[in-house]
Amino acid sequence: MEVEVSTRETYGKTLIELGKRNPSIVVLDADLSPSTMTRFFAKEFPQRFFDCGLEEQNMIGIAAGLAASGKTVFASTFAIFASCRCFDQLRICLSQMGLNVKIVATHGGITVGEDGTSHQAIEDLALYCALPGFTVIVPADAVETAQAIKVAADSYGPFYIRLNRPKTPLVYEENYRFKLGKAVTMRLGTDVTIIATGIMVAKALQASDTLARQEIDCRVINMPTLKPLDEEFLVKAASETRAIVVAEEHLAHGGLGSRVAQVVARHQPVPMEFVNLKDRYALSGKADELLERYGLTAKDIEQAVRAVTSRAKGSP
Amino acid sequence: MPNDIAAAESILDANMFDFPMPKLREMAKKLRRHVVVMTATAGSGHPGGSLSAADIITALYFKVMRHNPKNPQWADRDRFILSKGHAAPVLYAALAESGYLPVSELSTLRRLDSRLQGHTDRNLTPGVEMSAGSLGMGLSFAIGVGLAARLDGRNYRTYVLLGDGECDEGQTWEAALSAAHFKLDNLVAIVDCNRLQLTGRTCDIMNLEPLKQKWQAFGWHTIDIEGHDFDQILAAFQEAKRTKDKPPVIIARTVKGKGVSFMENNAAFHGKAPTPEEAEQALKELE
Repeated sequence: MEVEVSTRETYGKTLIELGKRNPSIVVLDADLSPSTMTRFFAKEFPQRFFDCGLEEQNMIGIAAGLAASGKTVFASTFAIFASCRCFDQLRICLSQMGLNVKIVATHGGITVGEDGTSHQAIEDLALYCALPGFTVIVPADAVETAQAIKVAADSYGPFYIRLNRPKTPLVYEENYRFKLGKAVTMRLGTDVTIIATGIMVAKALQASDTLARQEIDCRVINMPTLKPLDEEFLVKAASETRAIVVAEEHLAHGGLGSRVAQVVARHQPVPMEFVNLKDRYALSGKADELLERYGLTAKDIEQAVRAVTSRAKGSP
Repeated sequence: MPNDIAAAESILDANMFDFPMPKLREMAKKLRRHVVVMTATAGSGHPGGSLSAADIITALYFKVMRHNPKNPQWADRDRFILSKGHAAPVLYAALAESGYLPVSELSTLRRLDSRLQGHTDRNLTPGVEMSAGSLGMGLSFAIGVGLAARLDGRNYRTYVLLGDGECDEGQTWEAALSAAHFKLDNLVAIVDCNRLQLTGRTCDIMNLEPLKQKWQAFGWHTIDIEGHDFDQILAAFQEAKRTKDKPPVIIARTVKGKGVSFMENNAAFHGKAPTPEEAEQALKELE
């Protein structure tokens, strides 16, 4: 049976663990701590928690000042506000200065649901990947979230970690170890490689099960680190399976698909298909309804796989 | 850390220069001359807002702040954050004259491979605390630095210089709200109120007045001074130190382009370097 666990709750609990072992950790939030789950840390370490109110731009500057004074700073809000609302501040205060601030944003993607377009962060990965020096991570489940948060705390420099609002199916056992900048093979296969990130990893696994019954042998890759990208791994997958599908909960441009295509085009061109939100905004609805309406289901991945394999067969 | 630096810091609870008034005036003039030469040599830059801030920055580096040019990363140093990053030339001049970098390096301003970027860069220039240039961010950064001091039980102060035009930026007011909310009395904001912004008078472009009342309404202790009078500048920093439970802001009424007749109150010199002939004339006036 599929077990679902909240990645943001995992984040909140992991912060307490980190706070206990590292006194230099300081946490900021922008009036959303009950939702981002930084409230756990706030309760445990009130001296090291600062609510910045609805001042995301100010929060990034404060985070930078704290980091410049030796603190390891975690700053959280919803992904939409953590990206679009304060981009210039991210650029100057974190990217240009290269400071040790971890932006952990919850409510990423369209699965934020009923709040609608204004709250659906679907350009955040493009924006963060554009910033020099940033490490960008989208964990696939709660196990990977806890791991990624710990690795971020122990690595110097600015990080963006995107989490979701709904609970997410577990794809990993507790003994899984996340490695920064490394792709993970979830299923071996030879016909086509599905590269997925975040909530799309579970759907890619589901799709590969269905396709296996139709005798299409999929390799499934989880790509938790969008930046820096595991290029070597990608080139190997492209040369061994000769077709690639990229699946992400993001607009078509600038996210994982664009980044993978750039590497594949340069080193090992193969036919590619993309499962994403295309070039449009989504509306209000339940998370599952939206995923279906806007083409982010296992079935959409299956279709993309069929399309790309037929193109691969057709090519000389 | 070499022993002599540690020894110097252990006895250093005040400004290591501690200039008397005549030397402060002379240093301010020197910084102004540097600004003129640097921007003229570079052929670009922002002389107007550098000249208006020259006396305030002289007071900070040569009388007020506890700092050690031999150890720019000294944990207990007072911090100076230039939020109006385009006034970089006058900051570089102060850093050079106080010993963070060779004075000869000032002529490299804005050149390829120079440590002296068009706008400040924390990772390139010793003594520069923050990369700036996009306005409105310095006060937020200073709040982070001030909160860190409080968390670490350190008694350093954080000084942050804003432009008045910069106060158009909404983030300045987000930061103003939160510094008062956090009761940050280890932070001192100074507004270099030279009344001009890039294309004209602040009162015409975007009226800020009544500026003092705005800061007061945001919960700050305000100190209104004439920003080229060292007696008033030093008294204001003393008053700021005595302020408890709320952040102090010094509203320094200044003259853009101060010290050079044809640059004074002239918005054209906000972001335009003097020609060689203008520089020559300016240096004569600053003798």
